[in-house]
Amino acid sequence: MTVAATPIEEIPLSLRGPAPTRVLVGYGFWLFLLSDIIIFGVFFAAYAVLSGETAGGPGGPQLFERGRVLIETGCLLASSFTCGMMAIAATRRARGTTFFWALVTMALGATFLSLETIEFARMAASGAVPQRSAFLSSFFTLVGTHGLHVTTGLVWLGVMIAQIATLGFSAAVQRRLLCFTLFWHALDIVWVGVFTIVYLGAH
Amino acid sequence: MLGRLTWSAIPWGEPIPLITAGVVGAGLASILGLIVWRGWFPYLWREWLTSTDHKRIGVLYCGLALAMLVRGFSDAIMMRAQLALAAHGAPGYLPPDHYNQIFSAHGTIMIFFVAMPFVVGLMNFAVPLQIGARDVAFPVLNAVSFWLTAAGVLLVNVSLVVGEFSRTGWLAYPPLSETAFSPGVGVDYYLWSLQISGLGTLLSGINLVVTILKLRAPGMGYMRMPVFVWTALASNLLIVAAFPVLTATFAMLLLDRYCGFHFFTIGAGGNPMMYINLIWIWGHPEVYILILPGFGIFSEVIATFSGKPLFGYRSMVAATMVICMLSFMVWLHHFFTMGAGANVNAFFGVMTMVIAVPTGVKVFNWLFTMYGGSIRFEVPMLWAIGFIITFVIGGATGVLLAIPPADFVLHNSLFLIAHFHNTAIGGVLFGAMAGYTYWFPKAFGFRLEERLGKAVFWCWLIGFYLAFMPLYVLGLMGATRRMQHYDDPNWQPLMIVAFAGAVLILIGIMLTVLQLYVSIRTREHRRDTNGDPWVGRTLEWSIPSPPPAWNFAVLPQVEGLDAWWTTKQRRLDGADPGGARAFAPFHLPRRNPTGFTAAFFAVVMGFALIWHIWWMALGGVAGIVALGLRQAWRTETEVEVSAADIAAYDQARMAGGPA
Amino acid sequence: MRSDPAYSNDFVATVAKTSWPQGAVGAERGRGGRPSNLGPDDVAISHHTKRLRPLFAPVAAISLAACHRSGVLDPQGPVARAETLILIDATAIMLAVIVPVIAVTLAFAWWYRRGNAHARRRSDFAYSGPIEMVVWSIPLLIILFLGGIAWTSSHELDTARPLKSDRPPVNVEVVSLDWKWLFIYPDQGVATVNRLVIPAGTPIRLRLTSSGVMNSFLVPQLGSQIYTMAGMTTELNLLADRPGQYKGFSAQFSGAGFSDMRFIVETVPPDRFGGWVAALRPHGGLLDIPAYRALARPALSATGYYGSVAPSLFDVIIADGTQWRCHTQAPSATKGSAVAC
Repeated sequence: MTVAATPIEEIPLSLRGPAPTRVLVGYGFWLFLLSDIIIFGVFFAAYAVLSGETAGGPGGPQLFERGRVLIETGCLLASSFTCGMMAIAATRRARGTTFFWALVTMALGATFLSLETIEFARMAASGAVPQRSAFLSSFFTLVGTHGLHVTTGLVWLGVMIAQIATLGFSAAVQRRLLCFTLFWHALDIVWVGVFTIVYLGAH
Repeated sequence: MLGRLTWSAIPWGEPIPLITAGVVGAGLASILGLIVWRGWFPYLWREWLTSTDHKRIGVLYCGLALAMLVRGFSDAIMMRAQLALAAHGAPGYLPPDHYNQIFSAHGTIMIFFVAMPFVVGLMNFAVPLQIGARDVAFPVLNAVSFWLTAAGVLLVNVSLVVGEFSRTGWLAYPPLSETAFSPGVGVDYYLWSLQISGLGTLLSGINLVVTILKLRAPGMGYMRMPVFVWTALASNLLIVAAFPVLTATFAMLLLDRYCGFHFFTIGAGGNPMMYINLIWIWGHPEVYILILPGFGIFSEVIATFSGKPLFGYRSMVAATMVICMLSFMVWLHHFFTMGAGANVNAFFGVMTMVIAVPTGVKVFNWLFTMYGGSIRFEVPMLWAIGFIITFVIGGATGVLLAIPPADFVLHNSLFLIAHFHNTAIGGVLFGAMAGYTYWFPKAFGFRLEERLGKAVFWCWLIGFYLAFMPLYVLGLMGATRRMQHYDDPNWQPLMIVAFAGAVLILIGIMLTVLQLYVSIRTREHRRDTNGDPWVGRTLEWSIPSPPPAWNFAVLPQVEGLDAWWTTKQRRLDGADPGGARAFAPFHLPRRNPTGFTAAFFAVVMGFALIWHIWWMALGGVAGIVALGLRQAWRTETEVEVSAADIAAYDQARMAGGPA
Repeated sequence: MRSDPAYSNDFVATVAKTSWPQGAVGAERGRGGRPSNLGPDDVAISHHTKRLRPLFAPVAAISLAACHRSGVLDPQGPVARAETLILIDATAIMLAVIVPVIAVTLAFAWWYRRGNAHARRRSDFAYSGPIEMVVWSIPLLIILFLGGIAWTSSHELDTARPLKSDRPPVNVEVVSLDWKWLFIYPDQGVATVNRLVIPAGTPIRLRLTSSGVMNSFLVPQLGSQIYTMAGMTTELNLLADRPGQYKGFSAQFSGAGFSDMRFIVETVPPDRFGGWVAALRPHGGLLDIPAYRALARPALSATGYYGSVAPSLFDVIIADGTQWRCHTQAPSATKGSAVAC
């Protein structure tokens, strides 16, 4: 069946037929991120319900140190910026620059994680463990799940560095880098929610 | 070394699970023996276990569902037998301890391992064919999704023989499901098998949404998609939105059970009511996830077998998407009796009724599709007519229960059980059986045997009414659910009638198995020679049965609704001579063992976590990570199909050779 | 499957002997006739559906043709009556919809079958504006009507709403335990297990809680159920018109002994209620915290009585429900599983 050769820009997107792989992967990964954000949403809801349930133990104002949280936030937001720089370098296929920005992102992410680990350890040492109360259970779960995602992200970034080193900037590697950057920025958005609702909301 | 796993985990003193395990074990061993002896394993590994073809995966899902229907139904008939016996002081044959596991297993298996796989399998099989695509958006992920579901199935079945299953109902409400009240492994089996299969379902949801939105054939705009595709879209959007809630809620319960957290405990600030809210925020969309594709199947079936286009296409689409959105706004009707107060109850009661409106619209549209048509009573159409009658009764009782004060006396009674079985069997199961019969020739190249198909239908229809109409009456008489025995001897006759209905359904299930066997043995009599055995309207009937791996040699250029019907009409009018087609090469995904092997490690991890064998759990996780890395470095992921290959296949088919 | 050794078939046999008190219920209703100063209209529940009352008899008669009247079909109080009426009226409305739909389904299927030469085929009839209008309007109108009923009745029959009556209410505090019901009469200072004695024609104000897992208090012949949850109270208001015995049970699964978690509501003439309380006081034991803890151990229980109750015991029980403690339903841990508390 022959079709009159309409230029593709004039055909509405929904009628153009199957989309290229990059579009599929980006769209699909975004959907996955939205589902992940719903998981966070449930943990936020649980935190909102349980934030007052300290069972006679310590609450947010007693435990949270805003200074450290500020530094963590700075690290994470900066790492989003450096992640963006890495993405730009990757589209230009500049290996060295990509590695540089990737390592800076890793360093910032690792700093965030260490600060958070110190915070958790200090809380645990003072008896504020998740087994103490519903508030602490929901706090550790919400913030801890975010931290687990950051950890996973750092491992993923390490794998991406290895992939670029061994496979170069193939189409598949580029798609995965796209997914990683989406993931990393989404974690930033979730963190904004976390420090607003959890840390700022505690005072 | 082996956590809390000891030899006493096997129920040495209990005949029923031991005999069941023996029979199933022997059956599996003989099947495996047959496979090995006949040398079928390379074929199975190559063509099925590592397949990334949506058609194969769809068949696997449906096969899994039918197998688990047998298990879930065994639980059901055991329950019915117990209640037929245990009146007025008689103990029955199932002590409470077993009975409580059986009803929990029954619900869990039927929803998660029969209804979900059946529906997902049919969507997997038919949606790419209906939209003119070569496969789903992420074929390897599709395989992973299926095998994770199978992993969940395996864990649930292992619980029969190693350990125990949960005794907390199919939704495991705390505080009963917390460690303090359920210290054994039962609830852990429940939670881990559902977390694993739930991940598979979520990934499948993402896969199908992207497929429907981004992989349609050229020219197929949204208002040219078949209604089944619309309902599949709505169902998968619900999966993507709702399943994360299930995952997060179960994660919190797991943290309570494993790490002593206090999300839902009694004391230390825990809030069991929050669990109930969250689980039903998932739970209500879940039932719409199941029923919407059923509605879609019936839309296709009724239009096809009436020889008419579906009446009110735009209304149907609108109604589908309205149901999709509203399904998130009614969850509290599952616990009107938890005491949220009049305003809250009233709001959710009204919202629940509102969602009945688009459903009613659909029923009327189906009736007007039949009006003026030329109806053929093939087996799928019988299921459709049975569905309309049965589902409207179930929907009506749902509207009754949506009035909070009415629910106050009927909540958790056998009336409720009758209502949701009415809609689940009348809607989901009848829809799955219709879809199974309807698309079977497309998948395998021959139709199912008709007379047995009709017998199956009548057994299910009459059996359903016998089994569940008495339960409406019993609920009104004051019978509650999940009881292992009862005192009022006046209830027993009704319980016996219900048991008789279950026996009739059992015959229906056995006839289904027989039908499959007979259909395969006598398949030459019912060959699908032209790919269009039902004179269909949508694109899947425009390709051979069974389709080649690539589905469409040339992607169809779609110019309207009911694309295949339109093409056939044009050919009859002489406007479209068909003729020589220009073939262009394309790529197909290679087969991939990641799905199967990931599921293997998932089972190891799940089993280890259940029994607290921490080193084994780490091993399972490490295996999955290793598989992920292996997949990440796979560069040979596609195989090219050249124009010459396609042309050769096409010619062989035209010459009447095997499809 | 693992079985808990404590709950084998012996358990069931034991239970069968203890579930109902002597003089089993079912046939004993309506002794003593209705108190003269009370009628079903005394309770201020809206009767906008009064004009549908004539439907009550034939519909009920048809549906009860082969049934023994019990449960929801045998309301013995104003709450239950109102709820049963809503059910019957809503059923009638829904039947008015689904019976024609089923009839039309069968009629269309039959008339438009391929073999029928008389039927007029309309193979392109796929849209009609007027039909669409009707098809959306009918469900919408019905649902608007039923939604209105849902809204008003939810408020009128809210379980926490006190029932209007000339008589002062009797307060009862209810605790669901594993697997029995404790009824405390705070004003009378007595308590019972598995037997709720109330005066006829008097509003009963129930406050409910649970010692552990969730249960649901339900006496179908008297009306609404309500969940019981540890650490908090729910409220329920009921009234029994006439003396009689009504069955109650838990409607929310709560574990191994759930099926035996049954109680009797014994409604006595109002003048006899005081006498019952007075007779109880010298004979029953003291229900204090240690006695409560003994009662709360997971086991079934025969009917029991307490002649005196520690003050504010119910509040103590609620506070108890907010304490984290390793409650356990199994008298002894099953082999092979660790109780991780």
